[in-house]
Amino acid sequence: MSILIDENTKVLVQGITGSFGARHAKLSLEYGTKIVGGVTPAKGGQFFENVVPIFDTVGEAVKETGATASAIFVPPAFAADAILEAADAGVELIVCITEGIPVMDMMRVKAMLKGSKSRLVGPNCPGLVTPGLGEKSHGGCRIGIAPGYIHKRGNVGVVSRSGTLTYEAVWQLTQLGYGQSTCVGIGGDPINGTNHQEVLEMFNNDPETEAIILIGEIGGNAEVEAARWAKDHCKKPIAGFIAGATAPPGRRMGHAGAIVGGDEDTAQAKKKILAECGIAVAETPSVMAKTLLERWGK
Amino acid sequence: MNIHEYQAKELFDRFSVPSPKGKAASTPKEAYDAAKWLAVNHLVVKAQVHAGGRGKGVFKNGFKGGVHLVESPEAAREIAASMLGETLVTKQTGEAGRLVRKVMIAESVTIQRELYLAILMDRQSCMPVIIVSTEGGMDIEEVAEKTPEKILREFVNPLAGLQAYQVRKICQALGLQTTARQFGRLLHSLYKLFIDCDCSMVEINPVVVTTDDHVYALDAKFNFDDNALYRHPEIQAMRDKEEEDPREVAAAEYDLNYIGLDGNIACLVNGAGLAMATMDIIKHHGGDPANFLDVGGGASKEQVAAAFKIILGDKAVQGIFINIFGGIMDCNIVAEGVVAAAKETGLSLPLVVRLEGNNVEAGKATLAASGLNIVAADGMDDGAKKIVAAVA
Repeated sequence: MSILIDENTKVLVQGITGSFGARHAKLSLEYGTKIVGGVTPAKGGQFFENVVPIFDTVGEAVKETGATASAIFVPPAFAADAILEAADAGVELIVCITEGIPVMDMMRVKAMLKGSKSRLVGPNCPGLVTPGLGEKSHGGCRIGIAPGYIHKRGNVGVVSRSGTLTYEAVWQLTQLGYGQSTCVGIGGDPINGTNHQEVLEMFNNDPETEAIILIGEIGGNAEVEAARWAKDHCKKPIAGFIAGATAPPGRRMGHAGAIVGGDEDTAQAKKKILAECGIAVAETPSVMAKTLLERWGK
Repeated sequence: MNIHEYQAKELFDRFSVPSPKGKAASTPKEAYDAAKWLAVNHLVVKAQVHAGGRGKGVFKNGFKGGVHLVESPEAAREIAASMLGETLVTKQTGEAGRLVRKVMIAESVTIQRELYLAILMDRQSCMPVIIVSTEGGMDIEEVAEKTPEKILREFVNPLAGLQAYQVRKICQALGLQTTARQFGRLLHSLYKLFIDCDCSMVEINPVVVTTDDHVYALDAKFNFDDNALYRHPEIQAMRDKEEEDPREVAAAEYDLNYIGLDGNIACLVNGAGLAMATMDIIKHHGGDPANFLDVGGGASKEQVAAAFKIILGDKAVQGIFINIFGGIMDCNIVAEGVVAAAKETGLSLPLVVRLEGNNVEAGKATLAASGLNIVAADGMDDGAKKIVAAVA
């Protein structure tokens, strides 16, 4: 088991003919992911890498391939439309990699997805990986831009807003000999489809996941809400890290969502609440895996 | 992105948000002409800088106050002459202060009541929220802390937009009667402006009710969503690069995310989260980061070289820590960019490099073969310790 995706998940790539989308679609194929179709308007009928059929619309692609997940690589100005098109076509899991989508667009998308059966992960995220059992975790499902080879199949769930910090945690785990059930990058934007708490709930219900790493940063209170939920409901050991302890207030630190507003927004305040909720807080980003193993009793 | 007060006034005019008549001036002569054009007896002259606390600010030439009330075009000209081309220091500008290139000349109104009004994007509800208070002109955070009952938050469904009943509710909470219709029109106009211009925040503190029962937006603070600027060329044109850190302006030209800080250890990192975490770990080991710098996931050799030069432009920098987790990004490209830039700039500062990920062996070989004095680090913890030791 794993969450959201496994090696049998059939995946579409919206924006498969763009340079970014093409590059990562190819890497996902090489990783063993079932990329069953691509979508680029006006390029229907062509093939990507001579094997993956390209469709004009998501609806057509879903009908022809039975895909249940889609990775979105379209430029920011068209990304909101791409998300809504995927939802309209009934795609169960929509993963939006695109960075730089206007907040107003995401606000409308969020409101329109309310009550929909589609789940959105992202935007501005590295995507998801459920590692496979092959060499360097080959044979798993990779949706997005994470490097596949750093993973290892195992029992730790990883959830994070940041891409490179996720890789850092995953690599630490793999080097210490511990694999991952699923790694979920929820994205660095102020409005995103899936939050920390929802992913924690899924990990808590997933029999394969035995322990969890939760990585957050300054800005908003999603990590705090997740920690408070975990205190009462999560039965599995959790280690956490919050980036941005040295960030000056009022400055946007790369991610649109990473900005210190009020006193509750600081890394120090969040770490304190995480600790109060029973999460083992890593003192530095280089000991995220080590902190988890200590809490986990390994 | 921020804008000046006179630019906010232009937006207000475009969206029919009532505000006192006024004009910007770049010379004392223009200030005089603007005052003549206004043709009123009570005027206000305001220095235009991106910083609060102007009224209590002091110019470096000794002239006191960035906001002055005057009663004639001649006086407006004289005050403008004392401000233009001079540097204003306020509690928000820091010691360096800000050069005043423009002043605004506006009609001064007689105030009966001051109210607070803001619209911002609430990330928890994912909706715009309107915040109002009867305590206008005050520090709103202080009001929220001491008298939270005096603040009303009204959430707006983004698909439906602002509803008439919500406006009535807000007017009632503010105790507006004869001026409720005027305030309602202002609120509808401001909401339209907020949505149409992709604002992340607009704050009017205060909205005033004048003694002759007019409602005006007096002072405004805008924040725009940087992601949406591409569809607002007219707002992009309002950007005043002179008000921004020149290093940040240079970084933006290369699509780099750079924020200058006060320390002496420069960082060059890929990914915003890792960049923040790198600053944190430097601090943890007793060092002081000089900047936040995210070169992005797919940086080119040129971008890395540009980033290197920008961090070296900061004279406080005494050492550099490069922390790259090249998941997909080729570590050798980073290494080549670093070597090229280090050679070009004749680097003499300590340089610690931590490379991990894709094509890492080739990257390490490039660094080793460069003949440069580069300290290789094994992991980010080791790297942070080494750079802190090197600048100590």
